[in-house]
Amino acid sequence: MNRFAELLDRLAYEPGRNNKLRLITCYFREVGDPDRGYALAALTGALSFKHAKPALIRDLIASRTDEVLFGLSYDYVGDLSETVALMWPKAAMAAHNNPPPPTLTEVVTTLRTLGKTELPKQLERWLDELDETGRWALLKLVTGALRIGISARLAKTAAAALGDKDPHEVELIWPALSSPYLDLFAWLEGRGEKPVNRDPAPFRPVMLAHAIEDTDFAALDPADYIAEWKWDGIRVQAVAGRDERGQITARLYSRTGEDITGSFPDLVPSLRLAGAIDGELLILREGRVQSFNVLQQRLNRKIVSPKLIKEFPIHLRAYDLLGDDENDFRELPFIERRERLETFVKKLDDPRIDLSPTVPFASWETLTAARADPASAGADEDADAVEGVMLKRRDAPYLPGRPKGQWWKWKRDPHIIDAVLMYAQRGHGKRSSYYSDYTFGVWTEGETGDELVPVGKAYFGFTDEELLQIDRFVRRNTTEKFGPVRHVVHEADKGLVLEVAFEGLQRSPRHKSGVAMRFPRISRLRWDKPPREADRLETLEKMLKAEVEA
Amino acid sequence: MTTRRCGGATYITGMRPQDILLPVASGLCCKPGGFHIDPVRPVERAVITHGHSDHARPGHGAVLATQETLDMMRLRYGENFAGSTQAIRYGEEIRLGDTSVKFHPAGHVLGSAQIAVTCKDTCIVASGDYKDAPDPTCTPFELVPCDVFITEATFGLPVFRHGDAADEVKKLLASVALFPERAHLVGAYSLGKAQRVIALLRQAGYDAPIYLHGAMEKITEYYQSRGIALGELRPVMGMKKAALAGTITLAPPSATSDVWTRRFPDPVTAFASGWMRVRARARQRGIELPLVISDHADWDGLTATIAATGAGEIWVTHGQEDALVHWCQSKGLRAQPLDLVGYGDEEESETPLQDETEA
Repeated sequence: MNRFAELLDRLAYEPGRNNKLRLITCYFREVGDPDRGYALAALTGALSFKHAKPALIRDLIASRTDEVLFGLSYDYVGDLSETVALMWPKAAMAAHNNPPPPTLTEVVTTLRTLGKTELPKQLERWLDELDETGRWALLKLVTGALRIGISARLAKTAAAALGDKDPHEVELIWPALSSPYLDLFAWLEGRGEKPVNRDPAPFRPVMLAHAIEDTDFAALDPADYIAEWKWDGIRVQAVAGRDERGQITARLYSRTGEDITGSFPDLVPSLRLAGAIDGELLILREGRVQSFNVLQQRLNRKIVSPKLIKEFPIHLRAYDLLGDDENDFRELPFIERRERLETFVKKLDDPRIDLSPTVPFASWETLTAARADPASAGADEDADAVEGVMLKRRDAPYLPGRPKGQWWKWKRDPHIIDAVLMYAQRGHGKRSSYYSDYTFGVWTEGETGDELVPVGKAYFGFTDEELLQIDRFVRRNTTEKFGPVRHVVHEADKGLVLEVAFEGLQRSPRHKSGVAMRFPRISRLRWDKPPREADRLETLEKMLKAEVEA
Repeated sequence: MTTRRCGGATYITGMRPQDILLPVASGLCCKPGGFHIDPVRPVERAVITHGHSDHARPGHGAVLATQETLDMMRLRYGENFAGSTQAIRYGEEIRLGDTSVKFHPAGHVLGSAQIAVTCKDTCIVASGDYKDAPDPTCTPFELVPCDVFITEATFGLPVFRHGDAADEVKKLLASVALFPERAHLVGAYSLGKAQRVIALLRQAGYDAPIYLHGAMEKITEYYQSRGIALGELRPVMGMKKAALAGTITLAPPSATSDVWTRRFPDPVTAFASGWMRVRARARQRGIELPLVISDHADWDGLTATIAATGAGEIWVTHGQEDALVHWCQSKGLRAQPLDLVGYGDEEESETPLQDETEA
């Protein structure tokens, strides 16, 4: 447990993805079975036991420490598990009666079967046996609050690296595996056969598109391509298959292969024909596709209530068919898969699943016009959920990853405003010596005339060279410092104008300006523009109105 | 830890402790002795516990301190930092006015001392900053029984438990082994902490050259001149970026998040401090590798020391006074916070370097 705690501790501070990977892989290499398997389960969120309530932890610490000292400590530290972990006074034990600290395996397997009434005593014993970091990890684990910024995907990638395997391979067999993953580690270390996924509804690695550049078109022949709308939802794979008894199993996967079926139970009954659909998850109300803002309100909810399901009816728009009951279609050209998809969707005949329409075009000019105005080009009332067009080669097989020249995405131009840099904050990791997080604002009428109101934050979009320039500007034009934050001069004639690109706007009571941007980034530095010529809040409000009314 | 008796230690003389030592605006004033301990403003006669800048300030008439503390003040402030100076050894006793003053090792940094002031039959120990944990770079803390013990409370909360510093250094070395292409940058206060970290690295068997930020070269050389073995040290200035991969560099804490760090290949930022025990503190500073290594006693050290002095009255200064006063009272000791301003943890009070400085 202490070694696992050390890993969690280090991961919690490490900002770099590759460094996190290295730390996890190193752990898998150094720690044996079954501990590392339970660690993998913990990192991928695959552990399940009844979590302890904070009240239980409070009772435990109250029985061991002075109330006033605990209060002062908790005020200072600000986190219950951490406070308890740090100040836990070990019970005085005879030297010969010093049990070794529990292993992760012992903790996990015990918690699985432990009765509720036995939990406090057991926790107390473990807290006595572990060190500060061990106690912290234990409390985070039992309270179910293991927030260390690791995705399941990252943990699986780290495991794959142990055996120099492609993470996709691990993803493919993942549904067939369970903790403590002895067969997986045996295969990764070359001691055993590759585990086989006998899941009747397995995930297939997704095919992705390249962003097209203006210069790419010259080399492309419109006749080789089919165009579709690019829908602003979330990319999913909906798979249904028959098990040995002939029963249909249906699963919904994210584009990284994460099983997200549990979040969309309302789609499951519609997946009653064996097949693997590649498509986009959308919210449809009265037949109209809703904006991503609406979909977002349904995502990341722990509990999917009947009310949520009713208010945000889920819909699958199908792009592609990767296989059916008997055959794998991925080797077929796109045009043939498309025919099979059309037949499949027709046969399914379900209001929740429809076909992503193609956009007819004869030349790049007609497609440019369609992209600029999807409503007149067939997207009609759903035009606002269109974020561009997709181009797919007629003869492209379905290839995992991002193969060159097969699929292109051609997004609509983002919204652009000119805003004024107001505050700058140091970045993290590699960027910790740079002011790389920027808060920017636009003009609005205040009590004493025009003033800037912050409308968003951005920390990418600029080149390395531009970062150096902004960093220098921030250091030379700081008016005040608050810890890691610098106030940067922003007056009518003094300051830096940033061209900010963003994908959409939302009303937000959390922001002083009342608006929040989606995916904002710095698209250009406007050294040439005086701050007084930056945009006004009214411009954003107009855009917002247009989005809401659309 | 050795024990030495420093006075009669009885309360029957009628001399109240606050008649001997009293907090005033310029510091802790000893009227019967005619001196101040660690004064924060210029005074006629100063008795100084150790060389950190919040305790040892320039501009006093006469200064009494250990040779090391005097040397450090000279390094920092130049030759004329005081009107006159007098060096005193550990265990040496000097008569000042109606009092006798004796210096005992505090185990905080090189030359740090606790000052025992005895007047009539009452002995008060002003311990300055102290730690009861082993440190290869200074004389170990000595327990001095007394009537009134003045303790610091920098880490005066039970969440501060510093553990074994050798384990923290192991953590640093494990990281160096795991990331050989990155530089490791260890933030450490220039006086005391840096040299202790270097000595601990050497104890752990690390014998590669260790690199130093320019601001800690002079003081580290001074430690070496006092016979403290620190192995091969090199200035980091002028080093090629690629050559710093896999190396360890020590720098003042404020430099580890500065422009200065851009000379290092993908640096891992570590910080050696007792504050690193609390995650939020480490995260706030953007630290990737917190190392819990402290120059101050932790909670267990503070409470054990207070109990062992046998003092019936405890005065608590700079830090988390409330918790420590509460603890003393719960043990039946008379205790009060001592309102002294101008002292802080040196890591917190250290003036940040100018942004563009290439030190």
